[in-house]
Amino acid sequence: MDINFALEHFPRLLKATKLTIELTLLSLFFGIFVGVFFAILRTSKNKILFFIAYYYSYILRGTPLLVQIFIIYFGLAQIEWIRESFLWIFLKEPYSCAILAFTLNTGAYTSEIFRSAFETINKGIVEAANGLGLSKLNTFFKIKLPIAIRQSLPAYGNEMILMLKGTSLASTVTLLDLTGVAKHIISTTFRPVEVFIIAGSIYLIMTFVVHNFIKFLERRYDYN
Amino acid sequence: MGLLAYGDTGWGDELFFATLMTIAVAAAAIFIGFFLAAIFASFKLSKIKILNLIGSFYTTVFRGVPELLVIYLFFFGGSGAVMFVAKIFGYDGYIEVNAFLTGAFSIGIISGAYSTEVFRGAVQSINKGQFEASEVLGFKKKIYYYKIIIPQMLRLALPNISNVWQITLKDTSLISVTGLVEIMRQSYIAAGSTRDPLFFYSFAAVLYLFLTFLSMRLFNKLEKYYSRGY
Repeated sequence: MDINFALEHFPRLLKATKLTIELTLLSLFFGIFVGVFFAILRTSKNKILFFIAYYYSYILRGTPLLVQIFIIYFGLAQIEWIRESFLWIFLKEPYSCAILAFTLNTGAYTSEIFRSAFETINKGIVEAANGLGLSKLNTFFKIKLPIAIRQSLPAYGNEMILMLKGTSLASTVTLLDLTGVAKHIISTTFRPVEVFIIAGSIYLIMTFVVHNFIKFLERRYDYN
Repeated sequence: MGLLAYGDTGWGDELFFATLMTIAVAAAAIFIGFFLAAIFASFKLSKIKILNLIGSFYTTVFRGVPELLVIYLFFFGGSGAVMFVAKIFGYDGYIEVNAFLTGAFSIGIISGAYSTEVFRGAVQSINKGQFEASEVLGFKKKIYYYKIIIPQMLRLALPNISNVWQITLKDTSLISVTGLVEIMRQSYIAAGSTRDPLFFYSFAAVLYLFLTFLSMRLFNKLEKYYSRGY
């Protein structure tokens, strides 16, 4: 590997990493709200709400992220009332379109993770809370939610890594994230191996950090 | 619906063949993946430290690096690598690597990293006592693996193989960046020439949903078939 070549392009790739991190964190942050919202809908007894949540997660998990980002970025621009509404301020920018697509996508996976976490909560614990006279709200926030968050940590850690990798698709809608810049350097210098090693290492370091952060949380909140 | 007409007036036939292409790439990729997984899973299960390390390196890299980056590596680096090998054998000319092979290999290597973990997990979950039993019965090690471990492993791995297949199927959409005409690429072309991206990308989404739905049904049937008697 050519050290000079690596040193020459490393700063640019590192700068692009900032955008990758930004996209990942923002999408995950908004995605949690979407996920919790649809997870709660899934437990609803109302058939319509249940079906909305069910098909939301079914459709977003059953189609590639690339299709979703293209529908939002290229497709929505075609609808006239969207172009005339205030939404257009956001939807004409590739940046906000990418975040919207990532948020909706990770929201679907997150809702599944939370749903299964809520379902595995021991019924006895909830009954005990009822027996002690805790209100429904208190049972949810003080008992169910903490247990569900702890339960979903390992799966959510995987989802964080998947999202980190998923943000590479931002490069398909003209954004210059780590993968976008890497592709640009490859296509101008024709040295795919070197660029792959550098950009790939940056991604691996980030997944390593996420992985260990989740492991740390798992140990910290271990209740066994 | 005129846009989807079969023949010269619409995009129906193009999209139909593009769907077949998606299935073909995904199938090729998952089999390349199985092949790699068989090798690397045995590495990971081996008692030799260096092989463990190689196996872990493979799964860590290809599960931790974005699929798109891997595709760019093979897309831009593929013909270079092939020409390098050809040069050793005395052929000195330009070789262009077929887009299908590039796609199948890059997705296959990623898919293989996931399959490796699946195979490894399945083998590990088989009861250790069976090894002793087969030893007592006088089976050779080879027969023990082929007749006892692998058939059981495949049954245990089936639900996870189904997951890997879904991931692989969706990952094939990324090959569109190399110009291979599968569902996404065809939709891109159709959207560009009709100026109706909303319709074509939504239709692409429907096609993918149809494929994932169909494969889920198929895998459920397989799972039922192979768990009879349990």
